[in-house]
Amino acid sequence: MKLTVNGREAYAYTGGKTFDPALPCAVFIHGALHDHTVWTLLARWCAHHGYSVLAVDLPGHMKSAGPALESVEAMADWVLALLDAAEVKQAALVGHSMGSLVALEAAGRAPERATRLVMVGTAFPMKVSPALLEMSKNDPLAAIDLVTTLSYSSIAQKPGYPGPGVWVRGGGKALGRLVLAKQDNPLLYHQDFVACDAYRGAIDAAGKVTAPATLILGRRDQMTPPKAAAEIGAALKAHVATVDAGHVLMAEAPDATLAALRAALV
Amino acid sequence: MPGASDPGFDTLALHAGAVPDPATGARAVPIHLTTSFVFESSEHAASLFNLERSGHVYSRISNPTNAVLEERLAALEGGVGAIATASGQAALHLAIATLAGAGSHIVASSALYGGSHNLLHYTLKRFGIETTFVKPRDIDGWRAAIRPNTRLLFGETLGNPGLDVLDIPTVSAIAHGAGVPLLVDSTFTTPWLMKPVEHGADLVFHSATKFLSGHGTVIGGALVDGGRFDWTASDHFPELTEPYAGFHGMVFAEESSDGAFLLRARREGLRDFGACMSPHTAWLILQGVETLPLRMARHIENTRKVVAFLAGHAMVAGVGYPELESHPDHALAQKLLPRGCGSVFSFDLKGSRKQGQVFIEALKIFSHLANVGDCRSLVIHPASTTHFRMDDAALAHAGITPGTIRLSIGLEDADDLIDDLKRALKAAEKAGA
Repeated sequence: MKLTVNGREAYAYTGGKTFDPALPCAVFIHGALHDHTVWTLLARWCAHHGYSVLAVDLPGHMKSAGPALESVEAMADWVLALLDAAEVKQAALVGHSMGSLVALEAAGRAPERATRLVMVGTAFPMKVSPALLEMSKNDPLAAIDLVTTLSYSSIAQKPGYPGPGVWVRGGGKALGRLVLAKQDNPLLYHQDFVACDAYRGAIDAAGKVTAPATLILGRRDQMTPPKAAAEIGAALKAHVATVDAGHVLMAEAPDATLAALRAALV
Repeated sequence: MPGASDPGFDTLALHAGAVPDPATGARAVPIHLTTSFVFESSEHAASLFNLERSGHVYSRISNPTNAVLEERLAALEGGVGAIATASGQAALHLAIATLAGAGSHIVASSALYGGSHNLLHYTLKRFGIETTFVKPRDIDGWRAAIRPNTRLLFGETLGNPGLDVLDIPTVSAIAHGAGVPLLVDSTFTTPWLMKPVEHGADLVFHSATKFLSGHGTVIGGALVDGGRFDWTASDHFPELTEPYAGFHGMVFAEESSDGAFLLRARREGLRDFGACMSPHTAWLILQGVETLPLRMARHIENTRKVVAFLAGHAMVAGVGYPELESHPDHALAQKLLPRGCGSVFSFDLKGSRKQGQVFIEALKIFSHLANVGDCRSLVIHPASTTHFRMDDAALAHAGITPGTIRLSIGLEDADDLIDDLKRALKAAEKAGA
């Protein structure tokens, strides 16, 4: 559905059902150069099992108007403003990669509004190598290819995302190209990576979070290896669920990720 | 298989989409000859039907063996996914039926396989879908033929029968400028020779019966989505951007930005038209795909030797192979097809229709039949078979002479193929004396 957030049009996928603010709400926040479609299966499941769902396109990404926001803190404020626009008082905040930092920061800024915090494929600090920062600026298509390759742990993802017969690595590359081209901002990937790299507030935010927290980590994740989430997991006193997958767990192991999410949302 | 770069083509041809079977440890891809798949619970069943979970329900829609083939072909093409179909014609129909309906218009190359031409020119017209044909080299013609209701541009990577090389970068740019995708038939080239998606094509289909299978044993097709076309950029494709009452009111472009086309094609086209592939066929085609790099290299090596022989023979008026400087698309072929221009080509025999027949009947290794892309070498004489009803003037209009011979070069020893051709050419020469 379309919303107006801070005076600009924003899009949130509602899982194939009409959004009902009276239901328990789950907000899904994507990572760098992604959009809401990385959450399709999980979001649809939640929407058909008692939740209202807002799987957002962050500003400047796909269907939400730009400009893109340049910091995790600004994205967190935007998520909270989106909750206001949707007339949602409280929500479970679920984020992937960059989106996990946004969910954490939002839960820290407004702890009374977060019923659960779920960080998928996360790390802190979420350092981005100077070489990748440079590549994302000067040759974003090469950066998409490199990151996609590093984000999947095998060349056979079963049962396929969002369904059988899909070459998930190809999907990752194509999605990055579509998001990059949609709003004619060749620096979008670079901006997202800079936001991840520059974010320093995780431990402070964790100290303010009151919601039960869960980390869902990919055992074979090369982008945000599980050990890189140890500090933030300890700071949050989070439950840690490990899935046999790489960085994009939702696509690579959708059933196991759903099981972990269901446990986290209970 | 994590690493800083994707596996190479040969590795993907063997491994993409497959892991040792978790139930049995079987290393080769198992053939899942089952119509349907047991649900874990009622809730599991409902979530599969509602696309809340990924998985198999019924083999007309998806099957684990077929899925391996689909993922592997998508990997080799640089696409996001694929749908295995009952034939190449079924793949073409699935692509068109997903995007077009009564009142829609297609712009297609005039140099098409006869079956594709029949579908577009005769059959789809009956269902309200019109096609304008343009010569593949007529770039202005492509642009001029586009109408407000055009939904698709379509051509073959190597056209029939003259091996016209489709200028995919240019034609795809024209398509994208009009807000429509470019569909290409890549049967003759396979992803080993060219990946059309990398050159701008949006949808790619194959008659997998040919080189992908490679052994002349099964009929099958595949439709691959490059995943890079933005269906939401215009109102041309309500099938993907508006709720579909036939599937839970789903808006496919909201479910998947890069895979909306395949979602609709599978959830509507396979479900309703039903032109699915048997898992046994998928398995046989997988056996072919696993050796595709080796076979294609040998196909090209043999073809180059045969082309060189024919081009220098006194009984041959001309050879239509884009690697020859005499071919009108020679420069484009060097750019788009540096690994080779396939192993199917035509040459013109000097002489009459009768001499063409004698030539065919004198061949011993080449099999006279209506197929291409077999591991065995094949031959056909259009003037006495596929086009036998045409007089010489009509043949000329179709780019065929009474002496046109089409060859599909197989994997035999090239010297044996050349000896076979040499003998048959001599017989044809005698018949004209």
